[in-house]
Amino acid sequence: MIEVRDLHKSFNGQEVLRGVSLRVERGEIMALIGMSGFGKSVLLKHIIGLMRPDRGEVIIDGQDIFQLRGQALEQLRTRFGFLFQGGALFDSLSVFENVAFPLREKAKMKEEQIREKVLQVLEQVGMAGTEDKYPAELSGGMKKRVALARALIMDPEIMLFDEPTTGLDPITTSLIHRLIRSSYERLRFTGIIVTHEIPKIFEIVHRVALLNEGRIVEVGTPAEIQGSRHPVVAQFISGAIEGPIECR
Amino acid sequence: MIFSWIRRLGAAAIRLLRGMGKMVVFLGINLFWALVPPVRFDQVVRRIRFIGVKSTLIIILTGAFTGMALGLQLFYTLKRFGAEAMLGPAIALSLLRELGPVLSALMVTGRAGSALAAEIGIMRLTEQIDALEAMALNPYRYLIAPNLLAGLIAFPLLASIFDVVGIYGGYVVGVKMLGLGAGVYWGEMRNLVDLEDILDGLYKSLSFGVIVTWVCSYKGFFTGYGAEGVSKATTEAVVLSSVLILGWDYFLSSLMV
Repeated sequence: MIEVRDLHKSFNGQEVLRGVSLRVERGEIMALIGMSGFGKSVLLKHIIGLMRPDRGEVIIDGQDIFQLRGQALEQLRTRFGFLFQGGALFDSLSVFENVAFPLREKAKMKEEQIREKVLQVLEQVGMAGTEDKYPAELSGGMKKRVALARALIMDPEIMLFDEPTTGLDPITTSLIHRLIRSSYERLRFTGIIVTHEIPKIFEIVHRVALLNEGRIVEVGTPAEIQGSRHPVVAQFISGAIEGPIECR
Repeated sequence: MIFSWIRRLGAAAIRLLRGMGKMVVFLGINLFWALVPPVRFDQVVRRIRFIGVKSTLIIILTGAFTGMALGLQLFYTLKRFGAEAMLGPAIALSLLRELGPVLSALMVTGRAGSALAAEIGIMRLTEQIDALEAMALNPYRYLIAPNLLAGLIAFPLLASIFDVVGIYGGYVVGVKMLGLGAGVYWGEMRNLVDLEDILDGLYKSLSFGVIVTWVCSYKGFFTGYGAEGVSKATTEAVVLSSVLILGWDYFLSSLMV
């Protein structure tokens, strides 16, 4: 279970998170939606402890991630998988080496077992046969799928997806969503997906939270969010230019 | 007016001190991770290849031309004093104590230091360093500390190659082109060059190895945004490394004289 409590974060005097509180239950996938630049990715990086807040807490199964140091923090992070916006694949490593990387570094497995597992996960994300290619040789969608394979290779309990389909065509977007859903069926992770894919994302998540001006405005099931009368939620879902959300 | 000027000067001084403090802390963290086992030998070897092996050709070229230029200049200068016989030791001492460590460090800064800063900077911008942390890997231990160790190993070796090639460059000019006796060239060198001279150069290149990999890694690790940020980080890395090499060289030389 992930619980964010009163999280505040400023950059150069500009407050990006203004007291975010959010609770994601174990085994639940939550979509985090909101305008670009309103702190969704920043929130996600706080949840895994890549950023430190000005104040507030992120509690993962009873442990405040910001109180952990050294091995305790590393141990907690091994429970996470993180799909970065641009994939964050290591340029100097091949597809196979990228996906095998967490296993080689963290799991005590024989090279044969690693090979077997990497090929299996690459097969699951539809990237079999690309093991020897390098990230520079892949399209945007392929990079995302390899990054997804790398994020899933350690069978994480918590998956964080930072805009997994941004910049992809509608068919690849549906494919990535299906991969997320199928990996969820297999691993039953707790997940947070930062996304702009509305309404497509509603098909694969349990609940949706809307972040606006550094605060969570509303949390609900996809049906509740779609039927919300909250003016900010209604404007965001409809995509109307006029309304309480200030377009920057 | 005066107060605002003083305030701005004070703010700049605080910024500078803060930046220097951050750099020193960065060095301390990475030296710690470089020395705490298990050391990432695979990464160290990879970085030695990047910093050292790939710089060998440029070091051979610059070493040869430096030795040849020294041979030419020193031969005619020493001839004025009737001391051409001292050409061998003069070249060897100049290279071993000063030019070898300094010029090889400057060349490696230009070739590998700038690339190091750019590579780490791009890794930062494309979230590859965040990805390491998200995978529960310590980026200092995995990425930066191996650079320091590689610098400590590669720089003295490169300086030694520079020295040897430079001495042979001086030999080609002094002996083969200008007619000095080969026995005189090597014999006087053997008489006047001590182990201490070689060790002084070695200590210098060891410290340059730390300076270059530290500064270039730091600038890349804390790069600004976008292509401009990486370009600025790379330039600053090369300029600061070069200035520190020359400044530190003077400091060490004054201690070693």
